[in-house]
Amino acid sequence: MREPVIEFKDFSFQYFSQAEPTLHNIDLTIRQGEKVLIVGPSGSGKSTIGSCINGLIPFAYKGEIKGSLRICGEDTGNMSIFDRSRHVGTVLQDSDGQFVGLTAGEDIAFALENDCMEQQEMKETVKRIADMVDMGGSLSSSPFELSGGQKQRVAFAGVMVDDVDILLLDEPLANLDPATGKTAIDLVDRIHKELDKTVIIIEHRLEDVLYRHVDRVIVVADGRIAADMTPDQLMAADVLKENGIREPLYVTALKHAGIKVTEDMHAGYLDTLDTDSLSERLKSWNSSQKEQEEMPLDDEILSLKNVSFRYTEKKPIIKDVSFSIRAGEMVSIVGTNGAGKSTIAKLICGFVKEDSGDILFEGSSMKGLTIRERSDHIGYVMQNPNQMLCKPMIFDEVALGLRLRGVPEEEIQERVYKALRICGLYEFREWPVAALSFGQKKRVTIASILVLEPRILILDEPTAGQDYRHYTDIMEFLRSLNSLGITIIMITHDMHLMLEYTTHAIVISGGQKIGDSTAVDILTDRGIAAAANLKLTSLYELAIRCGIDDPQSFVRNFIDYERREERNESKAF
Amino acid sequence: MKAKLFDYVERDNFVYRLSGITKLLAFIFLTFAVMFTYDLRSILCILVFSFFVLWLSEIRFSQIRLMCWYVLVFLIMNAILTYIFNPEYGVEIYGTRHELLRLNGRYTLTLEQLFYQGTKFVKYVSVIPLGMIFLFTTDPSEFAASLNSIGVSYKAAYAVALTLRYFPDMVRDYEDIALAQQSRGMDLSKKEKLTVRAKNMINICVPLIFSTMDRIELITNAMDLRSFGKHKKRTWYAKKPLKGCDYAVIGGSIAVFAAVMLVAIFINHGRYWNPFI
Repeated sequence: MREPVIEFKDFSFQYFSQAEPTLHNIDLTIRQGEKVLIVGPSGSGKSTIGSCINGLIPFAYKGEIKGSLRICGEDTGNMSIFDRSRHVGTVLQDSDGQFVGLTAGEDIAFALENDCMEQQEMKETVKRIADMVDMGGSLSSSPFELSGGQKQRVAFAGVMVDDVDILLLDEPLANLDPATGKTAIDLVDRIHKELDKTVIIIEHRLEDVLYRHVDRVIVVADGRIAADMTPDQLMAADVLKENGIREPLYVTALKHAGIKVTEDMHAGYLDTLDTDSLSERLKSWNSSQKEQEEMPLDDEILSLKNVSFRYTEKKPIIKDVSFSIRAGEMVSIVGTNGAGKSTIAKLICGFVKEDSGDILFEGSSMKGLTIRERSDHIGYVMQNPNQMLCKPMIFDEVALGLRLRGVPEEEIQERVYKALRICGLYEFREWPVAALSFGQKKRVTIASILVLEPRILILDEPTAGQDYRHYTDIMEFLRSLNSLGITIIMITHDMHLMLEYTTHAIVISGGQKIGDSTAVDILTDRGIAAAANLKLTSLYELAIRCGIDDPQSFVRNFIDYERREERNESKAF
Repeated sequence: MKAKLFDYVERDNFVYRLSGITKLLAFIFLTFAVMFTYDLRSILCILVFSFFVLWLSEIRFSQIRLMCWYVLVFLIMNAILTYIFNPEYGVEIYGTRHELLRLNGRYTLTLEQLFYQGTKFVKYVSVIPLGMIFLFTTDPSEFAASLNSIGVSYKAAYAVALTLRYFPDMVRDYEDIALAQQSRGMDLSKKEKLTVRAKNMINICVPLIFSTMDRIELITNAMDLRSFGKHKKRTWYAKKPLKGCDYAVIGGSIAVFAAVMLVAIFINHGRYWNPFI
């Protein structure tokens, strides 16, 4: 056995600002060279564990600590945050926000500068480390020129220059598109193997991390360690579902087919899954599923006709994009960061004007309509609710749009209450906004748009940064809005969202439309997936490995099955 | 709206290649020289020089348009106020009185006052391009290194660099928030009354402040985790070592400063050059 590098012993922590402890009696040992994944829903305490390791607790966040934590044999009670940073390198979730320098090189050098390294030596070190993460050629690029994945590589390099023993990655996949996320996991794997570092990944996207080997998965729930096992054992246990963590889709598929997952099936990774013994049962399940009948289509509510747009002369952002959306649809617009999908939303809302082409609402052109006039039909919800909330009280926040339109106060109350009821916020109508959780704030922003009674609702990354439980809450809520007849357009790179909640997906890459079909078709098309930085869904891969003739229909059957299950469940309540 | 006050664009020319500290020192020396003297001849020489350097630096007018407007408004205000409060100051300084126009008992327009205010105007106009050159041709992080090397504490210097780093992000946040609020029916255009527009601005500023606070917390954590503030000193990745041309420029600006001083002491016998005697 190798040396322990992190030892929590009977460790408890309570933030001064909170009434209850966040961590209860944690006992956890991580040994040198291990690669450990910590999963858990939001509020479970998994991020708090991370902050305890890197020293943000107690240096930036104050609270009461009980028990002991040793890092590399030293008791952390006597260590400053600087002592800790010699052992632990942390890559934070938001790769843009943690970019301190004005260029990649400067950002990588940040820790060395603080250590007073001579400039010449510093430049050499930076170059060497940057080459290791394939960023050596972009040292003089500014954060605006780098993609999310590149910024994350810079952040990796920025902690590796210190030659730390432990790499702590806090939700490394949160802001990356699926394909870039895959590359990031590959990079972590390479660093772990080549440099023999201890790696701790905190993430709730289990399936995406398990694309590569991890030694152990630690499940945190309610401030306690609920499980500490290998991925194979984990898939055979029920601990994930109990704690609101999403299991990999292919494991769910096995369970739908009535297969009891056991440890010796090696279901921890799709690559190791013992498909030989399973394929017959999956095939028979697949053939027993009936094709869902096609829904009749409604009239077009919104269509883009040959729309092009550029900010500057040289760089076209949107090139000749056409598509149409029918009333009552739930549509996802997907593509890489910078592909132009947000610009399409801005064009529809009238924030920017198309250079050529036309956007039609219910068959008539919206040319010349102002932002405000368009907002009577089309509502736009930003990704971060903190960017929209501007009133201290919930009622006033939701009423804002109506007041600005000069609606009489009696009518306002009626409409606000109605919107709050739809959003499940009616009990909170007298509350201040600050008392709400992130997910509830999101609902307030949706309510503040819904109150204007738009026909179309556009949401930018509605589930970003949400764990499975909140993700499901929000998406089920959007589905219920959809069933009231509101057309919903989501800009996203979340593949689960696409697959499970939207029937229609439009794929944008390099400013052009490269796909416009059902989500199942898109996520099983190798060419489109590659061009748009998506991944093929693991369901598809599972179907291929099991030798199912029509893997696409397998994916479709899975989704239909899930929907029926959910409907039955909600009826049961 | 595009409110880009500081927009650093990398270019390769003589001015850009100079170290930030050189530009800062040259700026300080020339500014002191111009601020000290009221000798129009010296000031005109520096004026020509600073516009020459501005041309050399290839800064485009579009980059500084906004700033120019602010400066112009400030200068005009300044000129009007100077005249209102002290219409006889020129006469006082130069000791003669050439009256051009009589408005009423207190306010007359004299050649001396015109000359004095004109000189003052040219003083500002000759310094401002130098400031712009410094701001626009210095890489913000090199600027921090420069500030640190002339004795400003590195934490204060880094705060300046961070402000420059996050300024464009804040502008982008502002634009996004403003658009989202407009789509809820908020009118920010000139059609709305000023009081209503001011109220609407608050509705944009509140979310902007909150999202900026989030950003600050994150960046502080990121910096703490990478040992910012560990030692009393720090080194700088972006610092440019001084080269021959840097020393030449610093030497040159000291020489200009000295020359202006000498002219003042030995030729003008004071800060003012008096063409009226």
